[in-house]
Amino acid sequence: MNNIRKNRLKDQAFKIWGIFCTLLGLVLLAIFIGNIFVDGVMRIDWEFVTNLPSRHAEESGIYTALMGSIWVLLLTTLIALPVGIAAAIYLEEYSKKNKLATILEVNISNLAGVPSIIYGLLGLEVFVRIMEMGASVLAGSFTLALLILPIVIVSTREAIKAVPKSIRDASFAMGASKWQTVYHQLLPASFGGILTGIILALSRAVGETAPLIVIGALAYVPFAPSSPMDEFSVLPIQIFNWITRPQHGFVENAAAAIIILLLITFVMNGIAVYFRNKWQKKFK
Amino acid sequence: MSKEKKESVIESSIKRKYKLQAKDVKVWYDDFMAIKGISMDIKPNKVTAFIGPSGCGKSTFLRLFNRMNDYVDGFKMDGEINIDDKNINDKDINVELLRKQVGMVFQKPNPFPKSIYENVAYGLKIQGLKDKKFLEERVESSLKRVALWDEVKDDLNKNALALSGGQQQRLCIARTLAVEPSIILMDEPTSALDPISTAKIEELIYKLKDKYTIVIVTHNMQQASRISDNTAFFYLGELIEYDKTNKIFTNPEKQQTENYITGRFG
Repeated sequence: MNNIRKNRLKDQAFKIWGIFCTLLGLVLLAIFIGNIFVDGVMRIDWEFVTNLPSRHAEESGIYTALMGSIWVLLLTTLIALPVGIAAAIYLEEYSKKNKLATILEVNISNLAGVPSIIYGLLGLEVFVRIMEMGASVLAGSFTLALLILPIVIVSTREAIKAVPKSIRDASFAMGASKWQTVYHQLLPASFGGILTGIILALSRAVGETAPLIVIGALAYVPFAPSSPMDEFSVLPIQIFNWITRPQHGFVENAAAAIIILLLITFVMNGIAVYFRNKWQKKFK
Repeated sequence: MSKEKKESVIESSIKRKYKLQAKDVKVWYDDFMAIKGISMDIKPNKVTAFIGPSGCGKSTFLRLFNRMNDYVDGFKMDGEINIDDKNINDKDINVELLRKQVGMVFQKPNPFPKSIYENVAYGLKIQGLKDKKFLEERVESSLKRVALWDEVKDDLNKNALALSGGQQQRLCIARTLAVEPSIILMDEPTSALDPISTAKIEELIYKLKDKYTIVIVTHNMQQASRISDNTAFFYLGELIEYDKTNKIFTNPEKQQTENYITGRFG
């Protein structure tokens, strides 16, 4: 066998190994989803979505948890969005590129890697206890906002950085101030990218369980929250709670709730992908 | 719109003869010395061309006159840049106002990813001018001056990025003219364009010099000889020779200048 043939064989071998590795995760996910689907899809009907939790599996619904998730999602967005975008604009456009900036940058990236339960402990101490919010929707939202803030900042910076330098030059040369350049040129041009990052961050937040359990979100709340100070539950906690029950009916409930949670995150990711594609076209 | 603002815009359109002056200017990027002490006076209402090989500091020098180097990391300068005997690096200078007086056209056409109308109106809008009629008139007159009006008047709301390169560059010039500057800096404005677009822009520059002081960086020697009144030759961060364009191209004093314009190096 000569060298060329050997190399070609190696090439082929690696290609097959690569395909296997690529498919590994996807196939496992597909099996998992298929399994859940078989277990839960029959359980989903309108009543499942609108019923309050109950001792009886077949009467029980996800209404309170779903509303809790929606409340948390909205408040988290309201908190994380302005803070994250402002921080990103500062770091990208205003701060001098010196040592301090580098330290800030590295640490923000590090924050993105801190385990979520640590954020839960932080939220428990700061929001629940010191700021006396209690185990409320607001405390949960602040905690999750902190959790996704690094992701929002990093992705917003990437989006702003992707705006060509020539646009900045043109705006400054026209006599625009920094803020005018940010407001009239950079934000509109990077809007799609920023949105993508935020949606991806939120779709992570909607699946978070650990930090909310730590701050005291309940598995059982009799009513959906009606104000930011109410106690609450969220979908992942509800799922976790149902799975730990021995009755088979609750396992079905859990599967059904997982399908709905997955649906929410898939839709959110889908919207993010849509905006990313639309935005990428703009500069080509 | 407040009356004062409108008047201040109109007032600036009454042309004064601005003169540009550099006094022993030195520029560093971190430890690299890009400009090694240049003094020169630039005559008002003339076209002055900066020529020289790449990396000789001519673009850096040009960008000193509207302080566009302020945003470059590691930039440091020494010496004075004066416009009408006023040092533009003084603390009391408002850099935004300075850039309204000193417009700039870049090497690569860089319209904003917005409509044609928004591109031309941008400079006025950021000054707080909102009067629709005034803006429309100014957009029209600016586009007419760069001979773009007839080509785009029916789709002013079209995205500027859909225009051809040459049209984009004329749009960028119109955008600069709309705020009625007194001085226009051009950094190789035709290097990314085809010959026909280049000819159009050269013609435009020729027409503009009645009203504006124009400084143009160019790599194209024919271009410098066609459109400029005075030419400055830069080499390795120094001003080698600066004289009437005619003199530079027919009978330069310095050997280096002659070598460059005859194509022996560069």
